[in-house]
Amino acid sequence: MEVGPGQFLLAKLDDVARWAQSQSVWPLTMGLACCAIEMMTVTAPEYDIARLGSEVFRSSPRQADLMIVSGRVAQKMAPVVKRLYDQMADPKWVISMGACASSGGIFDNYAIIQGVDTIIPVDVYVPGCPPTPDGLLYAVNLIQQQIREGGRGGILSRA
Amino acid sequence: MTMSAPLTPDIVSHEGNSMVLSMGPQHPSTHGVLQLMLQIEGETVLTCDPEIGYLHTGIEKSAENLFWSQAQTVIERMDYLAPESNSLCYALAVERLLGITDDIPVRANRIRILIAELTRIASHCVQLGTHGIDLGAISVFFYCFDLRENILDLQEHAGGARMHPNYVRIGGVNGDLPQGFLDRLDDLIKKFPGRMRDLRGLLQANPIFQDRTIDVGILSREQALQWNCTGPVLRASGIAYDVRRAFPYCGYENYDFDIPVRQEGDAYARFLVRLDEMEESMRIIEQVRQHLNEPGPIMTTNTKVAAPPKETIALSMEALIHHFKIVSEGFRVPPGDVYQAVEGPRGELGFYIVSSGENKPYRVRTRPPSLYNLQALKGIAPGNFIADTVVMIGSLDPVFGEVDR
Repeated sequence: MEVGPGQFLLAKLDDVARWAQSQSVWPLTMGLACCAIEMMTVTAPEYDIARLGSEVFRSSPRQADLMIVSGRVAQKMAPVVKRLYDQMADPKWVISMGACASSGGIFDNYAIIQGVDTIIPVDVYVPGCPPTPDGLLYAVNLIQQQIREGGRGGILSRA
Repeated sequence: MTMSAPLTPDIVSHEGNSMVLSMGPQHPSTHGVLQLMLQIEGETVLTCDPEIGYLHTGIEKSAENLFWSQAQTVIERMDYLAPESNSLCYALAVERLLGITDDIPVRANRIRILIAELTRIASHCVQLGTHGIDLGAISVFFYCFDLRENILDLQEHAGGARMHPNYVRIGGVNGDLPQGFLDRLDDLIKKFPGRMRDLRGLLQANPIFQDRTIDVGILSREQALQWNCTGPVLRASGIAYDVRRAFPYCGYENYDFDIPVRQEGDAYARFLVRLDEMEESMRIIEQVRQHLNEPGPIMTTNTKVAAPPKETIALSMEALIHHFKIVSEGFRVPPGDVYQAVEGPRGELGFYIVSSGENKPYRVRTRPPSLYNLQALKGIAPGNFIADTVVMIGSLDPVFGEVDR
């Protein structure tokens, strides 16, 4: 589609906002365990998450849209994760990366939260131990799809 | 950012002027979930209390409820930058308890050394890359992760998974090197010297990097010994202790390699030791490569410990029984205890294992090198700037899966 001189496009403002939001999902810099290394790998040249507009990892939860729970959540870390989630501004999304974050994985014991969805809502689960970087990229794709197709997002809706 | 003489807390402490700053556990530069309780005055750190345990996973306890061979799965997830070092150390320890150390085939030991050294390079790549990011040199990260990606591809090719392949097993390794592996290894060996030149060019002679690291976080020889530091941290403080040389395992005594040592004990020295170590690792890999064309067994023939090859199961009743026993109830290890150490990328990684004669370990105690190296932070951080604390954490290279277990 090409817009020539004298021509213009019409769109709903909300759709434009959703399109823009889906292309700039900024994750929170929060590495927990093994999966965090694969989360770093997606920013490296081989996978390059910048293609999805998500290369800007924000260290402050106030500036982040996406929390990637990358690894096992220990009992001691759980309140911190919850607090960081609460500090993020709406609308916000959560990817539970890997078996440990999704269900406790192989660590069915006293120390690990059996699934981060017991403390915060999760939008996309990524299986694997750890998931491949491709898996994480696909999860970000799914988040973008959710935003564009009328999930949380846009200018009028709040999470 | 350097200070000529470190200030002692007594010199700068004015009552009521200091404040407590909590750094972490979610902090981009703490390399994981470390929390530092810093008492600061202005920009200067007066005291530094590392708070650990945010990734406590109960791995040692979990291992007690798994078969000897299954426990390796959770143990591999301790030091997630060098999973195969954990596997190797655990496997060696159990083999010593079983008394089968001498039955391990030569080829299996060569492959183990190959994988251990590849892991060391990959681990140092992450350390250098993240250390670079902490100091604002982001391009180093891209070069390092590109090299690491090549190594992970090799690991995936051989063991089937990128990060936790569980390739080193009790009794040998899991399957021979696949077809085409050696060609890819040759490609890596060819590519490596150029990549090292890039890394040295980007950081070693970089004046900003030097300003930030030289004379920062000086760990004296005595301090390093007092805090029980090992690995690159100890060797950068002037002590040439390397488990591969002091207590050889897997046949390291047959390979020719140097132990890089520096005397300065600062962050820059630790960085240089790691760079040199990567090159020494590659020297070992090149020597191993010369022997990898010789075929041979890769698993012990003791079928009480290692499952017999798949193709014999359909032909031999005995093989079928052994296979069934190993899969359903594991194997039993004679009662006793053993301490086995290997040189991991971060230092002396040790396992103290107690067996009560069951098919599960009675106790698996780990000596994680990161935990001991990290302790030194409490000693070296006071008197420096907050910004330099980040440099020190990076140069000590803690991995929190291992510190907290």
